[in-house]
Amino acid sequence: MSRSDLVDLLYIVGFALFIAGLRMVRGPRTAVRGNQVAAAGMGIAVVATLLDDRIGDWALIVVGVAVGTAVGIPSARSVKMTAMPQMVALFNGVGGGAVALISLVEYRETGGDLPAESLIPVLFAAVIGSVSFWGSNVAFSKLQELGWTKRRFPRLTVPNAALAALVLAVAVVLAAGVESEGLMWLLLVLAGVLGITLVLPIGGADMPVVISTLNAFTGLSAAAAGVALDNTALIVAGMLVGASGSILTKQMAEAMNRSIGNVFFGGFGGAAGTVAAGADGADRTVRSTSAGDVAIQLSYARLVVVVPGYGMAVAQAQRTVADLAAELERRGVEVLYAIHPVAGRMPGHMNVLLAEADVPYAKLREMDEINGEFARTDVALVIGANDVINPAARSVTDSPIYGMPILDVDKASSVVVLKRSMASGFAGVDNPLFYDPKTSMLFGDAKTSVGDVLAEIHAL
Amino acid sequence: MDLLTEIAILVLAAFVGFEVISKVPNTLHTPLMSATNAIHGIVLLGAILVIGPADGFLNDLLLVIAIAFGTINVVGGFLVTDRMLGMFKGRRPDPGDES
Repeated sequence: MSRSDLVDLLYIVGFALFIAGLRMVRGPRTAVRGNQVAAAGMGIAVVATLLDDRIGDWALIVVGVAVGTAVGIPSARSVKMTAMPQMVALFNGVGGGAVALISLVEYRETGGDLPAESLIPVLFAAVIGSVSFWGSNVAFSKLQELGWTKRRFPRLTVPNAALAALVLAVAVVLAAGVESEGLMWLLLVLAGVLGITLVLPIGGADMPVVISTLNAFTGLSAAAAGVALDNTALIVAGMLVGASGSILTKQMAEAMNRSIGNVFFGGFGGAAGTVAAGADGADRTVRSTSAGDVAIQLSYARLVVVVPGYGMAVAQAQRTVADLAAELERRGVEVLYAIHPVAGRMPGHMNVLLAEADVPYAKLREMDEINGEFARTDVALVIGANDVINPAARSVTDSPIYGMPILDVDKASSVVVLKRSMASGFAGVDNPLFYDPKTSMLFGDAKTSVGDVLAEIHAL
Repeated sequence: MDLLTEIAILVLAAFVGFEVISKVPNTLHTPLMSATNAIHGIVLLGAILVIGPADGFLNDLLLVIAIAFGTINVVGGFLVTDRMLGMFKGRRPDPGDES
């Protein structure tokens, strides 16, 4: 068996492990092992590549891998669970960036004198890689709530369409055989600008869908690079991600009742003017309450449904919440958790946090299961959630979140909302639930508030 | 490898990708996205393969950056996924999930 046969064989072992690993990540019990299996597949693919006879410049490879490891491991280890989504965005971005750089070097090496079946994939990989890199960085900045992303950006649908057309035109000129390195750089820059302007106006609530889309994009660009480099590992793994990422994006968008086109070209962000107008100005008083009152309300309830949101994640309140629930159960109160599919910043965000606090899985109820229960719920305890419980999504047709399925918290006998201030949620939409006479608000940091309530219950 | 073979592989891989992700519980969307994210770190291989034949300081520099990026994608991606999924470990199996 020749060297290159061995390499190809090892690649095939790698693919099998990727596919088996991904299948295992689908089930909660096999997920951890699945990720390790996929990682082992990657290890084998890397070793196989190093056996290739074209490998040279070992010192440079070592430097690159060392730098990447030195950056990757500590950032993955130290990132807080709440910041996980933006970390994924960042890791996705560098993948896209790597593809764009490889494409650029391929072009420079040959001065653009490539056969069409390599040149076209190189150009495709360059454009999509660059869009993914810059788009992901903007997604990161928005989720990290960096200052410059705080202002609203207008929808740029028409300029973006023009920019996309320009990118396509430059790519066609290059593909037609005009050999110009300058044009190649221009292509990368234009695609980068497109990535930025595409993501910038999108509201934070839609960011999971954006990240998932860009993830699929990076996969496709990797597959294209694989075609250009005649490398099956890149083709298979890239396309696997491109396809699975697309399906995942669609499922996420469906969970939010939004279409992908809607996320990128309409909806949140642009319609700032209509947001405040959604609510009627009539009776707008908010009832503020104290930890002592909430303690009494909770301990004399039969069923309490906890509705966690991003506020719980930010305050790292999950353990305190679990303690509160345990204390209530000791007093004979039934406690359930209502998990909205997109509560927090990512689907599954709340499940991960509550699992960390050892909340039994059986107590977590998905939206469809729990919505029937709110009618018999005595107290709905909302901890830092906002948009996912906003009744405006049901009734106010001009609201940006209209049509999004919500938790029917307003059907509970009483509602207690723990919130830092009256600021609106990530979608920037006012919430009529807060002005409902049966709603009382407990202002403050979620962890402190829950802790205070727990102390008051102990004192009862 | 000829282009037709590559396109055949591409199409088959796409179908495997579609199949593998059908019917995922919402809970696992984020870890699954993170795992697929780590897998496209495979571009690391592309950068490693190209750096040998590449000449010139700028090309080498660009590729070292690409290798570093690819490594961050792979190493960081799998580690972050592991940390997310680690949250599910040690939990008693869900009684309603016997199938």
